[in-house]
Amino acid sequence: MSNPQGLKYTKEHEWVKVEGDRAVIGITDHAQSLLGDVVFVELPEAGAEFGAHDSLGTIESVKAVSDVYSPISGKVVEVNKALEDSPDAVNRDAFGEGWIVVLEISAPAELDGLLTAEEYEQFLAEEE
Amino acid sequence: MTNAALKKTPLNAQHRKLGAKMVDFGGWDMPVQYSGILEEHRAVRAKAGLFDVSHMGEVYVMGPDALRLVNKVITNDAGKLQLKQILYTPMCYEHGGVVDDLLVYKMADDHYFLVVNASNTDKDYEWLVKNAQGLDVTVENISAKTAQLALQGPKAESILGKLTDYDLASLQYYWFDSFRVDGVECLVSRTGYTGEDGFEIYLPPEFAGLLWDKILAVGQDEGILPIGLGARDTLRFEARLPLYGQELSSEITPLEAGLGIFVKLDKADFNGKEALVKQKQEGLTRRLVGFEMIERGIPRSHYPLAADGREIGWVSTGSYAPSLDKNIGLGFVSPRFAALDTEIEVVIRGKGVKAKVIKTPFYKREA
Repeated sequence: MSNPQGLKYTKEHEWVKVEGDRAVIGITDHAQSLLGDVVFVELPEAGAEFGAHDSLGTIESVKAVSDVYSPISGKVVEVNKALEDSPDAVNRDAFGEGWIVVLEISAPAELDGLLTAEEYEQFLAEEE
Repeated sequence: MTNAALKKTPLNAQHRKLGAKMVDFGGWDMPVQYSGILEEHRAVRAKAGLFDVSHMGEVYVMGPDALRLVNKVITNDAGKLQLKQILYTPMCYEHGGVVDDLLVYKMADDHYFLVVNASNTDKDYEWLVKNAQGLDVTVENISAKTAQLALQGPKAESILGKLTDYDLASLQYYWFDSFRVDGVECLVSRTGYTGEDGFEIYLPPEFAGLLWDKILAVGQDEGILPIGLGARDTLRFEARLPLYGQELSSEITPLEAGLGIFVKLDKADFNGKEALVKQKQEGLTRRLVGFEMIERGIPRSHYPLAADGREIGWVSTGSYAPSLDKNIGLGFVSPRFAALDTEIEVVIRGKGVKAKVIKTPFYKREA
């Protein structure tokens, strides 16, 4: 699956979709495929504040436990509660239904340090 | 990517052709999953699955003192086996800790076939040779000349039946026989590590690839899938079958692991007998229990178990259980926390998460 244009990416395989002063965050399709069947998602509380690279949640597959790192600094304004009952949405639709949190962006300049879709794909190719 | 240093089973090319995700499993290049652990797990419970378990170790014990050696090293009693019958048993050190757990097949009065864990094969072989000193017996490691497939699930018998004239219905649980499967002479036992009905098939490595392809082909209509080590672990775990390194180790006795029925303390002298008799008399200081999460969280191997803010043990295996749709675990606790419904906590990322002790096995197939 291709990585949508217009999103920003991290080398830890998170994606960021900027919507005004907010950012929707999830893990990439590549990340979910590495994890395998996702069976548990631990979400942060709304209102919690995170710095860039802080662990904001945990995604667990049958065999693996993986931190989700916050790509940027911000305050949690929304979490995807639906993942508590259907964590497999991360596998089915990593860039859509499988979103994890929405942050209120506190340091917009950090977005410039993230990867474009092309840069992320190049990073994946080098990682192979 | 291929790691040349890893050992390969005769089915390595098959796994790669099927697009399996390969992992280093104790030095073996093994498939952890093909289509996905959950799908594979469900296929074995509802239909059938085929496993490459050629990495397992096989050892022959032969000679006039074969039974003496076997019964000296194991805790169960091979003296009660009939020809073509199998038993499961721990093998202990003098201090009662476990060297390995294994299957013992009685091939003849003076010939036993032992099937041991892949990662323990060399250690077990050396242990057997050491214990054979002074006995009239030969110990031979035949692992490299033996491939092993496991065909498991409710459809296993009907699928295997398409490839043999042998009356499979007559082959009872924990018995074996030698017969042709798709024209190849195999040793076939009605055993497995999934909690389902099924067979384990031993054959020369050069025929393993053909038989693997054939079983998948004739089982296709019945929904057979190739199954990786990931689902093998969740399947055995739900059925509470122990895994060496987690429920068993050199530091854990079979009594602590709840395997007392495989320890025949009335048997003549065997390795570990004295220590195990003493442990039984004095009482256990820890016991393996099953538990399910009350609060949200997945227990994982080595997470601490706690009660009243104090550590009371550890998780040996924990997982999401696909057949139950629950998060469950096995763990060792002080006996006073072992009663059913006792509330305990699993320490997950530093936080106590509520669980309660429940009955095991977590999953039992309908008879």
